[in-house]
Amino acid sequence: MLAWLINFSGVLLSTARDILPILGILLGFQFFILKKPIPNLRRVIIGFIYVLVGLALFLQGLDQALFPIGRLMAEQLTDPVFIHGVDNFTGTIKWQDYFWVYIFAIAIGFSTTIAEPSLMAVAMKANQVSGGSIGVWGLRIAVAIGVAVGISLGTFRIVTGYPLHWFIITGYFIVVIQTFFAPKMIVPLAYDSGGVTTSTVTVPLVAALGLGLAETVPGRNPLMDGFGLIAFASLFPIISVMAYAQISQFINLRRAKKQTTNKNIKSTSNQGANKEE
Amino acid sequence: MTNTMLRSLKALFLSLLNSLRDLTPIILVIAFFQIVVLQQPIPDLIGLITGIIFVLFGLTFFIYGLEMGLFPIGESMAHAFAKKGSVFWLLLFAFSLGFGTTVAEPALIAVAAESAQIAANGGIIENNEKAMNSYATGLRLTVAFSVGLAILIGVLRILKGWPIHYLIIGGYIGVMIMTIFAPKSIIGIAYDSGGVTTSTITVPLVTALGVGLASSIKGRNPMVDGFGLIAFASLTPIIFVMAYGMVI
Repeated sequence: MLAWLINFSGVLLSTARDILPILGILLGFQFFILKKPIPNLRRVIIGFIYVLVGLALFLQGLDQALFPIGRLMAEQLTDPVFIHGVDNFTGTIKWQDYFWVYIFAIAIGFSTTIAEPSLMAVAMKANQVSGGSIGVWGLRIAVAIGVAVGISLGTFRIVTGYPLHWFIITGYFIVVIQTFFAPKMIVPLAYDSGGVTTSTVTVPLVAALGLGLAETVPGRNPLMDGFGLIAFASLFPIISVMAYAQISQFINLRRAKKQTTNKNIKSTSNQGANKEE
Repeated sequence: MTNTMLRSLKALFLSLLNSLRDLTPIILVIAFFQIVVLQQPIPDLIGLITGIIFVLFGLTFFIYGLEMGLFPIGESMAHAFAKKGSVFWLLLFAFSLGFGTTVAEPALIAVAAESAQIAANGGIIENNEKAMNSYATGLRLTVAFSVGLAILIGVLRILKGWPIHYLIIGGYIGVMIMTIFAPKSIIGIAYDSGGVTTSTITVPLVTALGVGLASSIKGRNPMVDGFGLIAFASLTPIIFVMAYGMVI
């Protein structure tokens, strides 16, 4: 218990140190440039304390529970014994051998994104600003699907050894094309969702998976090939969020069309009935 | 008094349940892979369960404090700046917020150290601690500067009402051009550095700032103009890190 308390106060201190420069900038501008008291100061201070304690507890818990087992699993899944059944595998590798790695990448990408606090913040804000037309869950699931696809494609790239920039530049092309067809409202939010997905929870787990793979796949160099998963995870949500908006727009349009044609049919049949009378 | 306490306890309990729902997928994924695929026992089950309880409470408190502290202060400052009407101070604020929140970001410190190692292995810099430290520090400052610049450009965009996609597409073209010229070893890190710069505290603050600005300036729509700051902040580091790799 005592050891835990000492450990936790260490985490609390380092979180406080991360927040300190932000707080300094906020307060400096508030008092010296804006020269105004902060509205609801007491509430804001209590809110900051909640954020500080919450983040520290969150990091401590992740460090204690999820990261060790996540890293261990990344190691076990990329272990040659697990993949090829033998310790020193000499034949040529097939990308299909890494089947479970791709599945794990999808699953861990999706589930860590659902738990990502900064995505929750943006989803809450988007829901509030859009007056409820962008659902918190719709956005979060769309982003999580993007991260899942991105990370599994990223592990496929590490296994096959294709250059990273081919994938990223292709992704950019898709984003640019989608931008011109997606509803205008969603575009900035979609661009943002690329950056918010990868923070506290996703980065450490995904980085462990990438480095583990690059270490064990023959012919890969962890320093050269271990990177890039985060890049995938921050590109594909842009595509999936725009796709989500496009699909829901399409469905709404079709429904609206159906309703109007139904109405037309009804009104013409009514007219017909009237004539018969 | 007891009534309000009871009510806040109920609210806390409900948000704990929400956090539990958010964490369930991770727990299921880990359990499934550990037990069904890898067929290994879960090591240190008690540590795992207590850790998950911490994560649960931490997430709950964070979300609670977000709505109480971070969102309101971001928005009230945005309104105050819009009222004050000084573009210079607003842009300086935007730059410092981007620079200040990034330069101390733990994920960035880790990435910078790793890329120094790569540069040393590749013979780009001398393989000793001093050269690696100065390389890592330079990289951190570069990324922090690029994030500051990104938030500055993003805020300027909100003020002027520029459409976001031209800027973003311009950024993509910048990334592609830099990819051709940058040393191969830095490309992976550069692409990743776009994702790691935006931390859990920066995102809500910057989002509140953007939305607050867009809603207090006439003719701006908070949905179309308020978002997009994070997008800039995750694009400029890619370009600047590759530039750093070319210069050094």
